[in-house]
Amino acid sequence: MTRQLTPKPVPALTTPRVAKTLRLSEDVLDNGLNVVAVRKPGVPIVEVRLRLPFLSAKPTHPAQGAVLSEAMLTGAAGFDRAGLAAALQELGADISVSVDADRLLLGGNALATNLKRLLGLIASVLTEPAYDKDEVATERARVVENLSIARARPGIVASEALARRMWGDEHPYARDLAEPEAVAAVTPGQLRSLHKSFVRPGGASLVLVGDVAPTRMIDLAQDALATWTGKVPKPRVPELRTPPGGSTLVVDRPGSVQSSVRMGRTALTRTDPGYPALQLANLIFGGYFSSRWTENIREDKGYTYGPHSRIDHHVLGSELNLDVEVATEVTGPALLETWYELGKIAELPVTADEVESVRQYAIGNLAMSTSTQSGLASTLAALSAFGLGLDWVQAHPARLLETTVDEVSAAAAEFLAPSQLTSVVVGDAESITGPLAALGPVES
Amino acid sequence: MVPRPQKLPAPSFDLTHHTLDNGLRVVVAPDRSAPVVGVAVLYDVGIRSEPEGRTGFAHLFEHLMFQGSANLEKLEHFRYVQSSGGTFNGSTHFDYTNYFEALPSNALERGLFLEADRMLSPRINEENLANQLEVVKNEIRVNVMNRPYGGFPWIYLPSVLFDTFANSHNGYGGFEDLESATVDDAKDFFNRYYAPANAVLAVAGDLNVDETMGLVEKHFGEIKKRKAPKRPSFAEPPLTEERRATHDDPHAPIPAVAVGYRVPDPVGSLDALLAHLLLAEVLSDGDASRLQRRLVQRDHLVTDVSVYIGEFGDPFDERDPTALTISAHYPDAVSLNAILRAIDEELARIAQDGLEPGELDRVRTRLVSVLVRDMDAVISRALEFAKFELIHGRAELIEELPGRLAAVTVDDVRAAAAALQPDRRAVLELIAGGAR
Repeated sequence: MTRQLTPKPVPALTTPRVAKTLRLSEDVLDNGLNVVAVRKPGVPIVEVRLRLPFLSAKPTHPAQGAVLSEAMLTGAAGFDRAGLAAALQELGADISVSVDADRLLLGGNALATNLKRLLGLIASVLTEPAYDKDEVATERARVVENLSIARARPGIVASEALARRMWGDEHPYARDLAEPEAVAAVTPGQLRSLHKSFVRPGGASLVLVGDVAPTRMIDLAQDALATWTGKVPKPRVPELRTPPGGSTLVVDRPGSVQSSVRMGRTALTRTDPGYPALQLANLIFGGYFSSRWTENIREDKGYTYGPHSRIDHHVLGSELNLDVEVATEVTGPALLETWYELGKIAELPVTADEVESVRQYAIGNLAMSTSTQSGLASTLAALSAFGLGLDWVQAHPARLLETTVDEVSAAAAEFLAPSQLTSVVVGDAESITGPLAALGPVES
Repeated sequence: MVPRPQKLPAPSFDLTHHTLDNGLRVVVAPDRSAPVVGVAVLYDVGIRSEPEGRTGFAHLFEHLMFQGSANLEKLEHFRYVQSSGGTFNGSTHFDYTNYFEALPSNALERGLFLEADRMLSPRINEENLANQLEVVKNEIRVNVMNRPYGGFPWIYLPSVLFDTFANSHNGYGGFEDLESATVDDAKDFFNRYYAPANAVLAVAGDLNVDETMGLVEKHFGEIKKRKAPKRPSFAEPPLTEERRATHDDPHAPIPAVAVGYRVPDPVGSLDALLAHLLLAEVLSDGDASRLQRRLVQRDHLVTDVSVYIGEFGDPFDERDPTALTISAHYPDAVSLNAILRAIDEELARIAQDGLEPGELDRVRTRLVSVLVRDMDAVISRALEFAKFELIHGRAELIEELPGRLAAVTVDDVRAAAAALQPDRRAVLELIAGGAR
């Protein structure tokens, strides 16, 4: 372990190379489906993301949605469950369906030469789903078991508790994870009717990315999906309230060797002029490994494997989320350091070096996350819900470059002030309530 | 009618090899389609090489490699990568440990410098060791101790399937072992296993080959040559009778099972291994697979089932010995024997009757599609090149995999199924301590 006497300088960055422009076509099909197709060379694969609005205030919606997403691929248009899966495998393809409070996402990929046949199979699922009684029964039982597994995870318990505290018990965003009793009551008839109202092209977006000419991809989509018609209903859901903040809620999980901490508040949407500054402020605080929060409670104190803070964009609004799992015996000290870092970044200006570091990180990461076919497809599908697209991705680096240090400090002062956060801690209440109460009001 | 088999894509990469005087093997693969590069260094040491009484040490040591180096203070490694617009990570496997960066291509030389600097001399001291010991304990708490099915089955199944300390111990480590690790242990481990001659460097993406080789020589060339350790054989004789064990999980709401079978040497008998790999896909890939149909859809015995090769699900990640694992969660604790019986029946059916028309072709097409898709990100590519070079001796093997898979016959898959006999398996039952 010999140390060199004269330190060597770290090599400077060379001139950045500009990314090649991607060829993109965008069209609204006759049935109202918005299609975005991007030619992206790389591997001979094509990525598909179909994003349908799925927001609803109906209390039965989460349970029905959970079973729908599992049962949707269990048969369609003359294919039984295994037949449909085998037909996909022949194309080198796989598709899956997932739902959350905002959207239903049908995602998949295939060998690029098989896009036409893949779209044909997807069309069958969209227009002639089976929802066979036995398959629905199988999936209902699986969803119930998987919910019990999910709720055995402290992070899930904490996120649910935080969402209820932030948005109120009855809001769809607080009921994302279904209740097992409601799932057990879901019938095939309900699924058919849910499919009929929500699985519609008008208002939905299809993203196709691969080494295929964009106009050809759009033509293939038009041909395959012509018989799929109708419009997704406009949701009537309550607006997001301002989260209450206030005392820290402790949820008891006896014997827990770690405490799961979650904090949140409302944030700015991507199109808000202040968003780039908030994005950079969040990175400096806890949004990347070189953040203040990570360097303090992980790399200096070893309280955790890693804290994270991030901005989540929902259809009804954006949200700043902090999460960390800390050892039970240092829960008090870890919260103390967290409040300290939040208070510090809210009260004192950030430095120019810090801003420069996160600026480059944000620009580089955006380029990296859209440099693969699947990454680009997922990014474009997520943006589509907000009416944004590839031009937003391409223009964002300039917005980050224009953001000043003062703007970042101002965003931190407004959004990272600890008094504005709503907080939940899931852990061994007997061990952690005392230390947490020393820092501020606690309720259980 | 049997569908015509797909023409399988054959990926082709422009690979250049070079070995430095100090023994470092280098693989460079240009791809100028996007302005990003991947830099990966793999050291030929992993969980299996940990000394007795030091379980989890290879992983703890991996953390120490990020704590500063010859020319870098603590925290600087992370800051230099991220302020260049890049990301980094490392991971510890049974047979190797990797370190990598994905970077905008204008940071290529910086990435090479950072890897060379820690290959030269990581900053291992009491303070960094004490800090990372706590971080690693918290990593184990979050990934294993505080969640349902944490570490199941990769931490626990090897102790049933294998006998030697090297193959069977807990790779994440017991807290007592981790806490007894010393700075001297770490320095010895570095001197022994982190020699340039015991490593492979792969660089992929937006780069010029000659220029890159020059930069590699500049930054890694001056690291002094040390002898690479001779790797012992970790081979074990096959099981002769079924083994059973239980694992208590205080958080799990429903039981789970992992059934492990030894499979052929991935390096010495690759074609036989590939037959087992295709068998694994026939058994559990998608809703048309044999075990999904039987166990999930028909008999409702399990809520999910997966079959994979390699403790972490990567069939090319380990040398001999390695395992095929069938893993499932099931709602009814008394159904374990029925599940095992059904698995045996399905394996016997394949061994006796072979496969349905078209079954092997469709499963193979999907598998090749997945292999190709996984190579899209330049950092994945760099990691794969380095791994195939280190484990299999040839990065080019990746390009040949579709052809090698195409040569596997139904009879090869039947033979693989016939080899998975009850008396050759290890069964680990997870007892659900969190059941309502």
